[in-house]
Amino acid sequence: MASSRPSKDTASNDAEAPDSTRPQGHFDAPETIVQPKLDFVGYLRFFWRQLTSMRTALLLLLLLALAAIPGSLVPQVSSDPNGVVQYKANNPTLAPVLESLGVFSTYSSVWFSAIYLLLFVSLIGCVIPRTKHHWDALRARPPKTPARLSRLEGFTTRETTMDAATAIASARTLLRRLGYRTEVYASASSAPDSVSAERGYLRETGNLVFHTALIGVLITVGVGGGFGYTGQRVVVEGYAFNNSLASYDSFNPGRFFSDGALEPYSIALDSFTPVYEQKNLNALGQPIDYTAAVTTTLRGQKPHKDVIKVNSPLEIGGTQVYLLGNGYAPVVTVKDPNGTVVFSQPTACLPQNANLTSICVIKLPDGLDKQLGMLGFFYPTSVAQTDGTLASNYPDLLNPILSLNMYTGDLGLDNGVGTNAYSLNTDSLTEVAGLKADTPAIRLGVGDSAQLPGGLGTIELTAIPRFVSLDVHHDPAQVWVLVFAILVVAGLVTSLFIPRRRVWVKVVTGKAGVLTLEYAGLARGDDPALAAAVEEIAERHSQQPLA
Amino acid sequence: MTDTLASYSLLAIYSAMAIYAIAFIMFTLDLARRSAPAPVRLEVAVGAATAKRGSTALLERLSTDAPAAAQPKGPRYLRAAFALTIVAWVLHVVGAVLRGVAAGRVPWANMFEFTLTATAIIIGVFIAVQVWQDLRFLGAFVSGFVLLALGIASTNFYVDVVPLPPALQSAWLVIHVFVASLGTGFFALGAALSVVQLLQGRRAVGKATRLGFLDTLPTADKLENLAYRVIVVGFVFWTFTLIAGAIWAEHAWGRYWGWDTKEVWTFIIWTIFAGYIHARATRGWRGSRSATLAIIGFGAVVFNFTIVNLFFKGLHAYSGL
Ligand code: HEM
Repeated sequence: MASSRPSKDTASNDAEAPDSTRPQGHFDAPETIVQPKLDFVGYLRFFWRQLTSMRTALLLLLLLALAAIPGSLVPQVSSDPNGVVQYKANNPTLAPVLESLGVFSTYSSVWFSAIYLLLFVSLIGCVIPRTKHHWDALRARPPKTPARLSRLEGFTTRETTMDAATAIASARTLLRRLGYRTEVYASASSAPDSVSAERGYLRETGNLVFHTALIGVLITVGVGGGFGYTGQRVVVEGYAFNNSLASYDSFNPGRFFSDGALEPYSIALDSFTPVYEQKNLNALGQPIDYTAAVTTTLRGQKPHKDVIKVNSPLEIGGTQVYLLGNGYAPVVTVKDPNGTVVFSQPTACLPQNANLTSICVIKLPDGLDKQLGMLGFFYPTSVAQTDGTLASNYPDLLNPILSLNMYTGDLGLDNGVGTNAYSLNTDSLTEVAGLKADTPAIRLGVGDSAQLPGGLGTIELTAIPRFVSLDVHHDPAQVWVLVFAILVVAGLVTSLFIPRRRVWVKVVTGKAGVLTLEYAGLARGDDPALAAAVEEIAERHSQQPLA
Repeated sequence: MTDTLASYSLLAIYSAMAIYAIAFIMFTLDLARRSAPAPVRLEVAVGAATAKRGSTALLERLSTDAPAAAQPKGPRYLRAAFALTIVAWVLHVVGAVLRGVAAGRVPWANMFEFTLTATAIIIGVFIAVQVWQDLRFLGAFVSGFVLLALGIASTNFYVDVVPLPPALQSAWLVIHVFVASLGTGFFALGAALSVVQLLQGRRAVGKATRLGFLDTLPTADKLENLAYRVIVVGFVFWTFTLIAGAIWAEHAWGRYWGWDTKEVWTFIIWTIFAGYIHARATRGWRGSRSATLAIIGFGAVVFNFTIVNLFFKGLHAYSGL
């Protein structure tokens, strides 16, 4: 076994660890740690040595793996804020403890950051001296041929009729063709009698590229997060949105974000077309395609037709626009008793299940005699249940019904405090239509109209367009993250699968002047194919002498 | 049509499981035989004439008859078990392919299908690796593991063929998941080798005395090197999976990394195996410590697929259950 046999590295100019199974140029903490002088600099140096040792890197890696676990067990603020609220409600004793430890934001917590930052400091401290060491190795000559090749890997001999000079020259040519760097040496005699060859410097290069690219990934991820932004916006068919701060429903800027990063453009949703499974009875109504047809306009340019699909975001103005959600936005028209339209606009309803039963909240603070709030359920394909309630049993618009409970009272929109458009607090309101009121909930199909309770006016369900929710992302460093990620893989493959090996060919003059060629190799790192490689070189060299 | 094909697929899988079960027993018998080495040789010679059937018999008889190849290619049970494994694997692959044809897409879009395909790849890797190294002694571990996985999948994870939701309609489904399964296959072999390595290490210090078969297996040192080579291949695939997953997440979910539970666990696994690779290069961590890391790493792979899929909340809710 090449890598488990302690081999003799005779290259005295090489300051690496004696055990050839150890990676090239790899720095370990010394076996016996010399007690440092207790002055400040000595202490720092000792600490730095420890931090950049392989053992520390290993421990930090394992620690990082451990530290990542809690964040997968407990909902995270960044990915599941509602889950966090719920978790806190369900675990009143444990939650405050977790909260104070930052477990709900594990991946931006102090302790998690500390581990990976230490790891990367260690990594930098490791990569720099190795790069220097490798740089020197790249320019050094292949080492002197060892005195006794027979103790090395794959040792084999061939008799030859070539003279020594030809044999050496042809061995050198062959090895060069095989990608080795070569050097001719002479032992006792003055004439050159051996070739020393080394190949696979790319292995260490790959290792360094790999580790450096990891640092690159970390930096570019940080830069992208700092200067980028993400925003969400609901857009109804027939409407448009502009890429400006004011028009987002929610917006998360990076730490170094400035308004200038918002490239002005607009996206109008012309139509949204879902396709639902109709044949396969096991999956009736399952969505199989979503297509949003849009018209985009960059400032100063002509409008442009485009399409956004799941898995195929729209690229525009340095941002990606994703199609992440959809639903119905029924248009309700409300008239006062005189027949004047006081409200007519779509309301995006939040889908509650796969058949798109949705909750709609409509607020009319002005225009009627009283403030009117409506809390409704929308059923795209409504079916009556045995108990008289409605349900939806298919997500498409086959038999749509909007069922509205109505409330009067102060909707709380005038006090200037922002309220959630998707919820209606009915605690201090009076129910005027619904289970608890004299008038039952108002049910409307498309084109239906009804009287509002208390003679407030009339209401009509005018149309049922769809809406999509779009996510807009801007990450200036995203491409660089990808570049470094590719370098990570390339470096990894290079460093793991390119063998680094030394091979020697030596001419020995035997009794009666017969020339014998000796061949042997030395593995550096894990190299199971070395013996076979030496054998092949011997075979090719002795059979077809090259000029 | 779809349902018919899906039921043929299931039939093939059940048949494969039956044959894997026999292979598993044979592999185990082989290990038991090795614990009592003396009489084995005789039985091999006698048994060879009676126990062989089918097309492989010809090949094997040829090799035993030839004077130069007086050494049989391994004990009788082992050869039979390995041959059965190949037969079962062919059925297994047929089952997976039929499932894919039934669904009109790659057969790895929900937990049942993924288990089907990933286990086929594990066995595929196990068979293919024999060209490079005779690792048939891992057969009991590998066939046992796959049998268990298939059993759980077909009873607990089975779902009817349904179309792909829009988020899964992507070339990345093909690449990302397939490479993840490949990685899993190599990690599984690495873990198996590491288990044997740990046992071998214990035996070397006078423990595990009842496991006589260990004497016929490679030394702990050699096993460690084999495990390392298998695992680094797995690690490359896993690294690729991680990156491909991030690219896909960027397309489908609008961000390349969001610490979703599945992402977290994929990252944890990657970090454990990075640790494994460093452990091998660190004084005092070679040997049983690095073997333990390899086993923990594969444990995390299995955990990521079962527990995380079934009990954790996240965007990767594609188990179909
Ligand atoms: C973010 C932290 C790190 C990660 C993810 C990481 C990952 C890896 C991986 C995957 C390999 C195997 C591939 C290769 O040889 O290129 C490796 C090898 C290596 N790493 Fe790291 N590493 C990290 C930090 C460090 C640090 C801090 C050091 C130095 C103290 C270090 C030193 C080495 C050495 C010497 C090798 C070669 C080992 C061998 O060939 O067996 N690494 N690293």
